[in-house]
Amino acid sequence: MLRHGFAALGLAALCVGIAFHQPATAAGESPKIQATAHLYDTYCAQCHGVQRNGKGVNTVGLSVQPRDHSDTVAMSSLPRDQMIKAITEGGASVNKSALMPSWSAVLTREQIEDMADYLLFVCKCGQAK
Amino acid sequence: MKAPVLIAACAGLTVLALAALPAAGEAQGASPELTTQCASCHALAKPENATLEHLWTRKGPDLWYAGDKFNRDWLVGWLQNPTTIRPGGVLWFKHAKPGEPRDTIDAAAVEKHPKVDAAAAGRLADALLQLKSGLVPEGGFKPEAVNMTMGKLAFSKLRGCVACHQDAAGQGGLSGPELYDAGQRLRPDYVIAYTKNPQQFDPHVWMPTLTLSEPDLQRLTGYIVSLGKENK
Repeated sequence: MLRHGFAALGLAALCVGIAFHQPATAAGESPKIQATAHLYDTYCAQCHGVQRNGKGVNTVGLSVQPRDHSDTVAMSSLPRDQMIKAITEGGASVNKSALMPSWSAVLTREQIEDMADYLLFVCKCGQAK
Repeated sequence: MKAPVLIAACAGLTVLALAALPAAGEAQGASPELTTQCASCHALAKPENATLEHLWTRKGPDLWYAGDKFNRDWLVGWLQNPTTIRPGGVLWFKHAKPGEPRDTIDAAAVEKHPKVDAAAAGRLADALLQLKSGLVPEGGFKPEAVNMTMGKLAFSKLRGCVACHQDAAGQGGLSGPELYDAGQRLRPDYVIAYTKNPQQFDPHVWMPTLTLSEPDLQRLTGYIVSLGKENK
């Protein structure tokens, strides 16, 4: 009986765990960070990876590898304005790969600003507002 | 004195009107068979309020523009013997697993589509072809203008379509539908309209709107609708 109780408790804990599963980068963070993490999962993670490390499922077909957003050193040299320009107008606008498309038809200006803040959060660059 | 009565009457009418609206995913013009068989997974009418969460919760791709999208012969065959069109599933993220050297898709977890018999496939295909969006201008694709070599180059290099779509089995990205049988599956006027502006079909879909010129759109469409035709 007790064993069944523990099993049920374990199952319940597992269900709660699954229900609240979020990428490691968003759990317990502010609603804005969590909402932007959800946008990242939808649009960015296909190339930049579910762990934000540049190793997304689509990199199998890419000639240029996407930026690793978890790389603190490399990301620290990237100005926030340049992130916003790259997301808004695409990689070619900042002399990077044209494989990074413009997201301005999908994301609002505010969401793109939030994404830049989120990237600064992900890379632990210490500049997030 | 009359105002409360009027308000109550309006509220009552609103409730009745809302109750009479079709359930989400049900199309007003969809056949009963289509509604019974397909509506639990596919939106057969344009979602009133297309949210990001619709993409995360839907079980199958929207079919409210199936009549613009699919060729009948392909539909009839596919419904009897469904194959995986979206290698990452309906929403690739749900099946993605972190890994080295890159994330992978848990293919075993990708949803399988049920089969139907030949008679049902014919009826369902006919019903699906009735579903039109009004977003696909007839004659948008002009086959005479296409340079196939440039189309392939645009697809795989210049415009980066291959990042998300496979143009040959096993070659290309995994987050978008495969296109190696697009020539059998898709109508050219739909391909060009969707590529030009995916967000007019779904405001939140993860296919970006690229800045493509009209010649770009024509050559990409020409290449995409040539794929898989030699197998027929």
